[in-house]
Amino acid sequence: MPKVTIDGHSIEVPEGTTILQAARMIGGDIVPPAMCYYSKLKTSGGYCRTCIVKVTKGSEKDPRPMPKPVASCRTTVMDGMEVQNTTAPDLLEARKGVVEFLLLNHPLDCPVCDQAGECHLQDLSYQHGLAKSRYEFKRREFEKIDIGENIKLHMTRCILCYRCVKVADQVCDSRVHGVINRGDVAEISTYIEKSLDSDFSGNVIDVCPVGALTDRTFRFKSRVWFTNPMNAHRNCTKCSGKTVLWTSGDDVLRVSARKDVHGEVEEWICNECRFEKKEKSDWTIEGPRHIDRKSVISANHYEVKKQLKIDVSNQKSIDERAHNN
Amino acid sequence: MGRKLLTENINVPGIQSLDVYRKHGGYDGLKKALGMSPDAIVEEVKKSGLRGRGGAGFPTGMKWSFLAKPDGVPRHLVCNADESEPGTFKDRYMMERIPHLLIEGMAIGSFALGANTSYIYIRGELLYVFHILQKAIDEAYAAGLLGKNIMGSGFDFDLHVHCGAGAYICGEETALIESLEGKRGNPRIKPPFPAIQGLWQRPTVVNNVESVMAVVPIVKMGGDEYAKIGVGKSTGTKLISACGHINKPGVYEIELGIPVEEFIYSDEYCGGIRNGKDLKAVVAGGSSVPILPKDLILKLANGEPRLMTYESLSDGGFITGTMLGSGGFIVMDEDTSVVKNLYTFSRFYHHESCGQCSPCREGTGWMEKVLHKILDGHGTLEDVDLLWDIQSKIEGKTICPLGEAAAWPVASAIRHFRSEFEEYVKNPSSIKKDNHYYRLNNISPEVA
Repeated sequence: MPKVTIDGHSIEVPEGTTILQAARMIGGDIVPPAMCYYSKLKTSGGYCRTCIVKVTKGSEKDPRPMPKPVASCRTTVMDGMEVQNTTAPDLLEARKGVVEFLLLNHPLDCPVCDQAGECHLQDLSYQHGLAKSRYEFKRREFEKIDIGENIKLHMTRCILCYRCVKVADQVCDSRVHGVINRGDVAEISTYIEKSLDSDFSGNVIDVCPVGALTDRTFRFKSRVWFTNPMNAHRNCTKCSGKTVLWTSGDDVLRVSARKDVHGEVEEWICNECRFEKKEKSDWTIEGPRHIDRKSVISANHYEVKKQLKIDVSNQKSIDERAHNN
Repeated sequence: MGRKLLTENINVPGIQSLDVYRKHGGYDGLKKALGMSPDAIVEEVKKSGLRGRGGAGFPTGMKWSFLAKPDGVPRHLVCNADESEPGTFKDRYMMERIPHLLIEGMAIGSFALGANTSYIYIRGELLYVFHILQKAIDEAYAAGLLGKNIMGSGFDFDLHVHCGAGAYICGEETALIESLEGKRGNPRIKPPFPAIQGLWQRPTVVNNVESVMAVVPIVKMGGDEYAKIGVGKSTGTKLISACGHINKPGVYEIELGIPVEEFIYSDEYCGGIRNGKDLKAVVAGGSSVPILPKDLILKLANGEPRLMTYESLSDGGFITGTMLGSGGFIVMDEDTSVVKNLYTFSRFYHHESCGQCSPCREGTGWMEKVLHKILDGHGTLEDVDLLWDIQSKIEGKTICPLGEAAAWPVASAIRHFRSEFEEYVKNPSSIKKDNHYYRLNNISPEVA
């Protein structure tokens, strides 16, 4: 098994693992941010360039460093590879540049954006971005498009991560949307505004890292941090039926798939669960959804902690230590 | 007079037709190649030291020997005729004048690589050249030079010419392959390289038109003989498309190794700067390579004359050097504004960015807008630093080399001509209101 060292942390990983996956196995601060890579979608990644890392040693066989920063999501590890992420100041500077490019034409309309609070671009710009934009020209704008009854495409916010195109390719029956035009006027679109018509098309909302694809049944209903996320399930013939209900009192404002620590969905859900089952009686509620304490959504949020088991012997030693000090 | 290997018969009347081409030794190279073993041809190309003529200068023989050869999987040779680099027009000239040379080269190359089906991907704007090539291919099929059992050798070979839709990015080999497959012309993320998984996931070699054509004289004269022309690792002849403020613009075949000064000033080639003006700067290899001022293009940093070779032109890295690139030799006289020229280049890269990865998609447009602002007379000194910062954040962060191609001209213009930017910023009235200015602002000179 190839052994890779990322910022001084070594790990042995299976053949074919990418640097990003290896970093996620190690965990912690050394995981590069990823805006377009999605582990559940094949051939995703490589576009946004936020996950770039510096390879200071190619492999045991060929120890030459790689000449340019590489996209960690699409570069497989070699035995003996050494990678720098947070320990290379020039790389962090380069990443800052990428974040600036991503925000260049982004409207920064977070105050009226439904994605605010769970937006990856927001997190990214807090972590790596500049406080002020150096861009002083008109930002590009697009018309809003309704893709089908339930999905709104707000192309102005899009960062062209291609995730939704991959979902349509790999999860839905047939793809009717894609990227048209090129350069900075490239846009996600359906030809002749044809609706996205598939039982799993709603998943494009969950994979969208920004607020470009939003749920029309939830638009402007509530800020996401005012809602109570609850794990719930139902017997569904099309999908697993395991979802998160975003509730307020007795109302189910939104249904989404369950997301893991990297913000990726655990299981795809169907449109019926997502858009049509908006009553609490449709669901068996399991309990509150765990939300990371760092997230703004965890405000106003309660969670039943696991009962603490107090180890008396350990307690004693701590007491003694306190006493000695 | 330098030796002419590719353009020897280019002015023979009717050389476009098969009969005339054969009378002048056409398809003798293919005949000879079919009598050799494929590996022997690859060996000859390796010995010749031929380097890719499309821009990167990667040794062609090496590229051929890297081709994966799994059993039962077809292989392909693809000719990159998507020549769209501003300042480069050598491939168009050759395909237009002597199309059979390309077809012969493709047949030899495909035989050497064991490819039974090969493709020429031609740029969409060159539709008339597409028709010339198609006509030549039809002639070759009729004469048994293409198709089943060519020249009685038992080798089946089909050649197709495919017309792109006119995108600069499709000159990048993986974007070309995507486009040839009928998809959106976005560059692929490497690895896997085309030599392992290229066209339709099969092993593929992508070569420039001139590289493919150069295989014909190599087979005819032998690799060793070819390697005698040139200097060091830059062997053979190279087509240079010279344009700009010179007396004799056009496509010239040079022996690699002649001094740059001779190329610009001798009557055999460019014939000096027009109207007796002084030389200001040269972009030596197509718009994407760094621009060099007069003192650096004629002489190396150590005072030796600079030669037309891959090594000599890139001597000193990008601080004092440039690249041979695709051979688009753009000469500028003393009246030229480097900033205006740079704006034109930046506008081109902004227009041609495919929009796949963020630094190039957003950065190319940003650079264009900042340059526009400076040329409009509203620039500040910070804008020059900002330009430098943007280009440094694009370079090396993108999927394909278009990011670098957009960043290098900006970097080199600021590096060598910073005073000109500062003059424009400090003294906006010095910006001449010429046609360029009116075009920039979409106004007609009469209105102004």
